[in-house]
Amino acid sequence: MDLEQFAVILSIGLFNGLIVALVAIGYTLVYGIIELINFAHGDVFMLGTLLTYFGLVAILPGFGVEASLISALALIPFIMVITAVINASIERVAYRPLRNAPRLAPLISAIGMSFILQNVGIILLGPSPKAVPSVLPNDPLIVMPGGRTLISLNEVVVGAVTIPLLLALAYFVTSTRQGKAMRATAQDREAAGLMGINVNRTISQTFLIGGALAGAAGFVVALFLGQAWWFFGFPFGLLAFTSAVLGGIGNITGAALGGIVLGLVKSISDFYIEARWTNVIVFSILIIVLVFRPTGLLGAKQAEGA
Amino acid sequence: MLELHDVHAYYGNIHALKGVSLTVDEGEVVTLIGSNGAGKSTTLKTISGLLRPRLGEVRFEDGVLNAVPPHQIVSLGISQSPEGRRVFPRMTVAENLEMGAFQRTADATLQEDFKRVYRLFPRLEERRSQRAGTLSGGEQQMLAIGRALMAKPRLLLLDEPSMGLAPVLVELIFDIIRTINQQGTTILLVEQNALMALGVAGRGYILQTGQIVLADSADRLRQNDDVRKAYLGG
Ligand SMILES: Nc1ncnc2c1ncn2[C@@H]1O[C@H](COP(=O)(O)OP(=O)(O)OP(=O)(O)O)[C@@H](O)[C@H]1O
Ligand SMILES: [Mg+2]
Repeated sequence: MDLEQFAVILSIGLFNGLIVALVAIGYTLVYGIIELINFAHGDVFMLGTLLTYFGLVAILPGFGVEASLISALALIPFIMVITAVINASIERVAYRPLRNAPRLAPLISAIGMSFILQNVGIILLGPSPKAVPSVLPNDPLIVMPGGRTLISLNEVVVGAVTIPLLLALAYFVTSTRQGKAMRATAQDREAAGLMGINVNRTISQTFLIGGALAGAAGFVVALFLGQAWWFFGFPFGLLAFTSAVLGGIGNITGAALGGIVLGLVKSISDFYIEARWTNVIVFSILIIVLVFRPTGLLGAKQAEGA
Repeated sequence: MLELHDVHAYYGNIHALKGVSLTVDEGEVVTLIGSNGAGKSTTLKTISGLLRPRLGEVRFEDGVLNAVPPHQIVSLGISQSPEGRRVFPRMTVAENLEMGAFQRTADATLQEDFKRVYRLFPRLEERRSQRAGTLSGGEQQMLAIGRALMAKPRLLLLDEPSMGLAPVLVELIFDIIRTINQQGTTILLVEQNALMALGVAGRGYILQTGQIVLADSADRLRQNDDVRKAYLGG
């Protein structure tokens, strides 16, 4: 076995995993607070890739700015705000009215929202993937003795976007007033109301955060893969949802770790098996976890943010 | 201070409160007694805004609460320690107390209130970094009451604070209820332990299948034959 090659694959998997973690947290946060699997979440992530594409090919040139790494990075806050607002609006129109309905109703509503967003993607991007201008420097940063690149600059950009967001989220959830309100609402919504916590606002805020993280992940993927595609929500959503289940759905730390594990699984499968089998493998993991350990490896809702 | 006027509340089609009227005046301890399913918790939920009266009115100090959301009711000065404690199991004792004070972060007296709760319940101070879900039942009850106090309520609603506690602890909880009242908080106390409840309360209401069937001073309720038979074990 070629060890250097294996090291490269692990490194790719790790950076992929950081991106998956951002999306997985969105599934887990929402499930934690309203016990709904937000099927539209992967598509909100897809909108992040879409917005990145239009930001680079239309918005920046429209302002006379050349698409570069720096100008692309300046798009992140805007993309995050837009996907945050979209995600919170989805909750407002599609889930909140059904909050006291049987559980199947919001689930179907979520699948409907997913279709709607995918169609928005098709209308705006067309049916096939669009090439995103390449602004990421691909220079090698750490080269191994055998000559292979272990870490390149574009991966550093991935880390520089994802890691601070993950840390900021951990800080928010464990140490801020609103973050604690979010955990309290997830643990007992009615009691949270009795504490003076505005439950509806807290739920909206949870969708805002999940949407913002998905938008950032979409940005990173669009640059890293150099593509924006209406269909991205499915493979990434599947990876991320599986990560959330693996880590114990509702458990934030679990979702982040699950994301990294699934990122590694994906890169190993892509390389040693074949990319077209990766979704099958991910689905198999999902089913195996659901059958044999439905609370996930860390146990559901065990350590929210802790 | 608090007035319920002909309040009707429903769970779907279940008519849980069928015209409940009661008042609580400033400084009082009033108890609401009734057997299982009588509608005691439902009455408190309706006051806290978790349930909306379909008919009738809930008034608190000249304002009508019927359509006010729960979190605003807390900031108006009503907090509740709900039935079954309902502490946040995966948050620490201190975080639970902090959540109790959620409406009043800007308040400089917050630290004072932590101290006040820890004085009432020294056990909570020892356990402040422990997750609430790992506390004993009695400790969780103390936490639920302490947490409701952190809102600095003028009216405190207590739903069965003695449920499932050993007799010594029941005594302790009722002593603390008396102390809280003496420190100036008005209390509406729901209890199945009618004997203890009528011991701290000045007045009481007897609730039966969603209706108030008797209202009197605690002393007279204790003497009442029907009450003795139904709620005081003879
Ligand atoms: N969430 C609910 N959904 C449907 N019915 C309910 C609900 N909660 C309570 N009820 C019904 O409303 C009635 C009053 O219930 P409530 O909880 O107020 O009784 P309670 O007096 O507090 O009883 P306990 O002493 O057992 O706590 C009961 O018949 C109960 O079955
Ligand atoms: Mg009750």
